[in-house]
Amino acid sequence: MSLMHIMVLLPLIFAVIIPIFYRFYKKIHLGWFVLPIPIIIFSYFMSYINVPDSDKPFIVIWEFMPRLGMNFAVHLDGLSLLFASLISGIGALVVLYSITYLSKNESLGNFYCYLLMFMGAMLGVVLSDNLLMLYLFWELTSISSFLLIGYWRHKKSSIYGAQKSLLITVFGGLMLLGGFISLSIAGNSWSITSLIQNAETIQKSPLFILAMVLVLIGAMTKSAQFPFHIWLPDAMEAPTPVSAYLHSATMVKAGIYLVARTTPIFAINGGFVWTVTAIGLVTLFWASFNAVKQQDLKGILAFSTISQLGMIMSMLGIGAVSYHYTGEESQLFLASIIAAVFHLINHATFKGALFMITGTIDHEVGTRDIKKLGGLMTIMPISCTFTIIAALSMAGVPPFNGFLSKELFLTAMFDSHKAGVFNLSTLGFLLPVIAVVGSIFTFVYSFKYVHEIFFGEYKADQLPKKPHEAPKLMLLPTGILISLVVIFGLFPNILSNSIIAPAVRAIAPYAESPEVHISFWHGITPALMGTLIVFIVGFVLFKSVSKWIKVYAYQPEYLTFNYYYDRGIYLSSYISNKITQSYMTGFIRSYLMYIFSFFIIMTALTIFTHPVSIAFDHISEIRPYEVILMGLILVSTFCIVLAKSRLFSIIMLAAVGYSVALFFVLFGAPDLALTQLSIETISTALFLLCFFHLPKMNRHDEDRKFKIGNFLIAICVGISVITIGLIAYGNRHFDSISKYYIDNVYDLAAGKNMVNVILVDFRGFDTLFESAVLGIAGLGIYTLIKLRDNNKNGGNENEETIE
Amino acid sequence: MEILMIFVAGIIISVSVYLVLSKSLIRIIIGTTLLSHGVHLMLLTMGGLKKGALPIETEGIKNYVDPLPQALILTAIVIAFAVTAFFLVLAFRSYKELGTDNLEEMKEVPKDE
Repeated sequence: MSLMHIMVLLPLIFAVIIPIFYRFYKKIHLGWFVLPIPIIIFSYFMSYINVPDSDKPFIVIWEFMPRLGMNFAVHLDGLSLLFASLISGIGALVVLYSITYLSKNESLGNFYCYLLMFMGAMLGVVLSDNLLMLYLFWELTSISSFLLIGYWRHKKSSIYGAQKSLLITVFGGLMLLGGFISLSIAGNSWSITSLIQNAETIQKSPLFILAMVLVLIGAMTKSAQFPFHIWLPDAMEAPTPVSAYLHSATMVKAGIYLVARTTPIFAINGGFVWTVTAIGLVTLFWASFNAVKQQDLKGILAFSTISQLGMIMSMLGIGAVSYHYTGEESQLFLASIIAAVFHLINHATFKGALFMITGTIDHEVGTRDIKKLGGLMTIMPISCTFTIIAALSMAGVPPFNGFLSKELFLTAMFDSHKAGVFNLSTLGFLLPVIAVVGSIFTFVYSFKYVHEIFFGEYKADQLPKKPHEAPKLMLLPTGILISLVVIFGLFPNILSNSIIAPAVRAIAPYAESPEVHISFWHGITPALMGTLIVFIVGFVLFKSVSKWIKVYAYQPEYLTFNYYYDRGIYLSSYISNKITQSYMTGFIRSYLMYIFSFFIIMTALTIFTHPVSIAFDHISEIRPYEVILMGLILVSTFCIVLAKSRLFSIIMLAAVGYSVALFFVLFGAPDLALTQLSIETISTALFLLCFFHLPKMNRHDEDRKFKIGNFLIAICVGISVITIGLIAYGNRHFDSISKYYIDNVYDLAAGKNMVNVILVDFRGFDTLFESAVLGIAGLGIYTLIKLRDNNKNGGNENEETIE
Repeated sequence: MEILMIFVAGIIISVSVYLVLSKSLIRIIIGTTLLSHGVHLMLLTMGGLKKGALPIETEGIKNYVDPLPQALILTAIVIAFAVTAFFLVLAFRSYKELGTDNLEEMKEVPKDE
């Protein structure tokens, strides 16, 4: 265990301590006590900022479950460092923000407990080198996200959103576990580092494709990619700091982390490149298209997050092509990975800021509905400035950082056709087209976002609260993020060697060292043309948005994925209910039917699928006494079935019992005969005693169909029993062990009656528990008769008295 | 002999299954009792019905009937008796409480008055 382990576990440890603390100390807002934790973690990771640059990944292992291969191995390279600093840095800002956002009346103990749990889990995801630990933390992020979305659990929509996100992300998580297991079987290790070193063995393995598909499903569900994106908009029911932290900056990027992390293993496969790129682009387009129609500020941001994640995903997909090249061409596609990493950072900054602004507006104005908002520019000037910067960065307008990453993105898409692999050169022309169209809609919703809040008509009468500028403490974290947006925009190269280059090396260890240099002006390139098209068309569409917004009405409800999700949830419970009701009838007869039918079918199957040989070597001769007795038994048995009177059937039952005793006499079993005779007498007496109180024998109108069903089953059971008996008797493999008892009954046990000696000496335990059974039955009968519920007499329902 | 016994035991079991599937509680209990008879006979038969002396050690006799199945059946008889006795009392009590011995009518949980 090292300091690094402590840093990962620190939030989890405090997640336990904080709620206890909260119980006893309520004067100061709990957030202040939580705030130092992410700051400590952030500064700790910042101290490593130059370490990954030396290309030596930093690994510390804490043996946790070594026999399972599940070790808590922390692995710090450029990619992990990037994510860890994002998580702790934005975590600190979000905690700071939540101090003013959440009032002391909320259950803060829960909130910060969940938030710290999430922070620790997320750090674990990005720092784990062990696949099993990664999966553990992965599911912990799902669970803590579920808890945070459902934080206001009195709201129905919170519960719905939380359930939806849990179902979808855990579905993906389980797929991921399958993928991890296949990976570890293929590469014979649980450690990601050694799996990447053994990438060639894995690529040859037959499990390769399976592992890839499962890991991708896991990554796509977590990162809200098409068509699993539907959980993210509903997750907006969470408090805004949560949305800012989980659903824009960190958790949804876990899938991106995973794709980036496994790129060195999977990049050889064309399916990987195409799936990641295509899903990313479809997500980019579909979400940015849908973001425009949203009426809720957080709804716009949710779809915008989905679309930006799709953009990063598609860049990773194109970047994977670099695996197939060396030298200059490799650098060409490596630029796409650089763009992905850069945009990852940029998105975290501006999207975090936008969420915080949304929260501020919600907090100060009381609504997030864009129909009610408008004209707030003069009332909230600082927020307005922040929003404009963040939204312009999101739209990709210079001089902010979003512009740089969008340029790099378009460049990567325009360059994709240069690849000579996986048909990228023939089909690849589609990629820049989709990318540009997606960017146009991004432009439209970004402008619309600013316009709807701060410009236009001020509707004072529709606002629940009288708006005013946000408190300073709320603006501070937003301001820090906004200043980062500007700084990264103006001086992009401060990041390039310290953070981006190591991260790119971690994603593409096979490539020669990438040159990361981000500059504003590349000359007149196709990407610049693309950007111009985006600006012009985007501006035109934005101006005319009220005219074409009607197109969204044309999408019928049954073509949305939400519709299928809801139908699926409803149908699965409806169908399982129907199925259960169809066989759980509540009648004991039905269940007996199932049991007997199963017995019959299994017997029939076994007999028909196995060769059966019956040889009767040891058959004794047929003697007249036994045959007569058999006749007697059969006649009395059938009399029981046909009997109309209960007395007659009891007597016939007794006749069967006495005949069985006679059999015991004939077959040389005196003890059995004695027991059978006495017990038959007692049970007949009992039957008579009980039947005295029971009603007259009543067949309860069993109709013909009922009888035939029973008859068939009874016959089949009989045939099965007889067949099994015949086969068992006809195939003897061993002699009886009774020889030992017969030989030693007197020498060892000093008795001459073999049956009795077996009962009390050789196999005395049987007898002990048989007596126990008899005792329990006696007690049971006593309690049945003596103890009764007297609530009919108006007594206490739970109170039982002995009469 | 054994083949005939297997058939007799099978027919008894078959009849008992028919009785167990009926609606009336009494018939079901008779069915279970009958079932135990069938099973005991089956047990005895499976041990082999060969002629031999009673399983009581006597000077000069080597060939005895197999004692082990007899011990097993003895245990089974006692257990079957205990269960039958309990069932009978249970049937009696449930008839007193529920007022019916028809299984189809016993499906629902009785409502407290």
